[in-house]
Amino acid sequence: MAVKDYIRERFFPHMWCPGCGHGIVLNSMLRAIDALGLSKNEIVMVSGIGCSSRISGYVDFHSLHTLHGRALAFATGVKLSRPELNVIVPMGDGDALAIGGNHFIHAARRNIDLTAVVMNNRIYGMTGGQYSPLSGQGILATTAPYSNIDSDFDVVDLASAAGATFVARTTTYHARQITDLLKAAILHEGFSVVEVMSQCPTYFGRKNRLGSAVDMVERFKKITTPIGSKAKREHPELIERGIFVQKETTEYCSAYDDVIEKAMKGN
Amino acid sequence: MAKPKLKAHHIIREWCKGCGICVHFCPTNVLELDSEDKVTVARAQDCICCLQCELRCPDLAIEVETQTE
Amino acid sequence: MAKQIKFVQGNEACVEAAIYAGLDFFAGYPITPSTEIAELLSQRLPRKGGKFIQMEDEIASICAIIGASLTGHKVMTATSGPGFSLMQEGLGYAIMAEIPCVIVNVQRGGPSTGLPTHGSQGDVYQARWGTHGDHAIIAMTASSHQDLFQITVEAFNLAETYRTPVILLFDEGIGHMRERLVLPEKGEIPLVERLRTAVKGGVDFHPYLPREDGRLPMADFGGIHRYNVTGLYHDMWGFPSDSPPIVHGLIRHLVDKIHNNVNHIARYKEYHLEDADNIFISYGSAARSALHVVKSQRKKGERLGLLELQTLWPFPYDLVREKCARARFVLVVEMNMGQIVLEVKRAVEKPDRVVLANRVDGVFITDADIRNTLRIIEGKGV
Repeated sequence: MAVKDYIRERFFPHMWCPGCGHGIVLNSMLRAIDALGLSKNEIVMVSGIGCSSRISGYVDFHSLHTLHGRALAFATGVKLSRPELNVIVPMGDGDALAIGGNHFIHAARRNIDLTAVVMNNRIYGMTGGQYSPLSGQGILATTAPYSNIDSDFDVVDLASAAGATFVARTTTYHARQITDLLKAAILHEGFSVVEVMSQCPTYFGRKNRLGSAVDMVERFKKITTPIGSKAKREHPELIERGIFVQKETTEYCSAYDDVIEKAMKGN
Repeated sequence: MAKPKLKAHHIIREWCKGCGICVHFCPTNVLELDSEDKVTVARAQDCICCLQCELRCPDLAIEVETQTE
Repeated sequence: MAKQIKFVQGNEACVEAAIYAGLDFFAGYPITPSTEIAELLSQRLPRKGGKFIQMEDEIASICAIIGASLTGHKVMTATSGPGFSLMQEGLGYAIMAEIPCVIVNVQRGGPSTGLPTHGSQGDVYQARWGTHGDHAIIAMTASSHQDLFQITVEAFNLAETYRTPVILLFDEGIGHMRERLVLPEKGEIPLVERLRTAVKGGVDFHPYLPREDGRLPMADFGGIHRYNVTGLYHDMWGFPSDSPPIVHGLIRHLVDKIHNNVNHIARYKEYHLEDADNIFISYGSAARSALHVVKSQRKKGERLGLLELQTLWPFPYDLVREKCARARFVLVVEMNMGQIVLEVKRAVEKPDRVVLANRVDGVFITDADIRNTLRIIEGKGV
């Protein structure tokens, strides 16, 4: 299997729970990288802290397992100092949008060529099931025993408003779409965000009576629909999947090359 | 385009955590969980090589090897 | 060729030195009184093909320079107290993951937002223990622009030698004061470059296995060796581990690599210690006033000496004990409520003979302040 060429096999089986969607994201991501024919030496994977962030230890790339929420800040340093590298930044929902929310919007604003993957399981898994900024109202969590009153972010809206030039969403049911979106996101020159709705059967599923991992993956099929579909018009509550934003504007590192050129002329 | 034909299912038993996603999403009911909750190929002849199991396996434990005739 | 002489702020001297040392990546966030460092580097770095980025906060700044260091660059950030507080998280990461970087803290009065435009030396212990967990740290300072230049270059050298962050603890007085700086010529101060592994591609590379001489060769991200970097305890490949022998080995290594080399890392200057009855110990801008008192009182026949510390951490206990062995009193001159004075007490044989001469109201400590303390210990009254 080509996928095996890209992992550090000695660390398998991985540490994620049975049925965890993060394994599907890893699986699909490796297929995207394989399909693009990227060299392992030119990929840096930068992650933060949480269940999702352990993904960087399993891949045979340059891997940087950083601090909670700070992955994009580290990644910005890697990318700007060596723009020819492909920098992929997988993050959890709390990691990316609670503690890392500020770094997220500023990386988007700069349009620096990073591929941010938000593995959204709507819960803090590693610490045992607390609500995240993507849980939403009415959700049960270990810190919302009477049901959550916090509203959630819409990752797609947030990333788009902040200036990301590639924004997409899919789910772990749609494994092939994860691969396709990640391929497009990695190729995109600019800040790209791919939200993958992922299941946490252990905490989110159990707390909210959503059944097994299988039930949760099935549910992703039912509650989502392609962007602009007829189903969306008839059932506005459906969550759209696909590419929401894809535009070409000046990428940060290439803009800095112009700064260098100007500065050198002035010397 | 020629249809891919099954050569073999490769299952890494030690990596499988028995979540049942592959079993559930197989359109032709090829796979089963055994007594130890590990995936096993019960009806290989029914496999249509759609890769639904391989692509969705969170444990990277299944490979469907195919050959194109 | 005539030497280039400049009349500059301390912050500018720091910039000149960083460029001299080979800095090519800076990330920072504006904060008084360090901002000139960022402003000047935003001009200077792109002129030599380097990179400057203004991040969204100080947390992001230190993270960005750590990322850039891993691709093989010499990196720095600069801040002041409130920003230094935010950087403690990243500082701990750089210590744990052994990533060379230089962090400048141009100190101002604290706690909190404190006194943005007034000098202080209140962050000495924060530099030592601000980030959580056991660790060792290198922190250095200087009292004149010429020394500041030298010490800044050495900070880069030590960061590379020991694969560690190095803190430059300057203060508002030094940062904003203008004085003469003679720019050293190329080669005048030796530079330590990144030690890169000679291990060939395909051969197992251990990024966290020290050589016999204690140094750890690195491999640039993007090169032929792919490895893992983490803030978790990790094995010699950089992969997380909580195995007790590995945890024990790593914390010992992180502490020992600094503390076993105190003598190599110690930088100091001494004035008239050979016959001194009373010795001042001071550092940074406060040492200027201390030196002034030494010189003026010597003219009156009073045998005073000054030990000016440039390396604050690891604290050179043996050096301080030796130098103070014959002193009647040791006066520690610093602009805080008493930080280095506690270390001096731990170092010397008669800690009850160690006295603090300080000033903490945002006003630069004067020779009169120091002379008053001197009079008190001599029983003369103020």
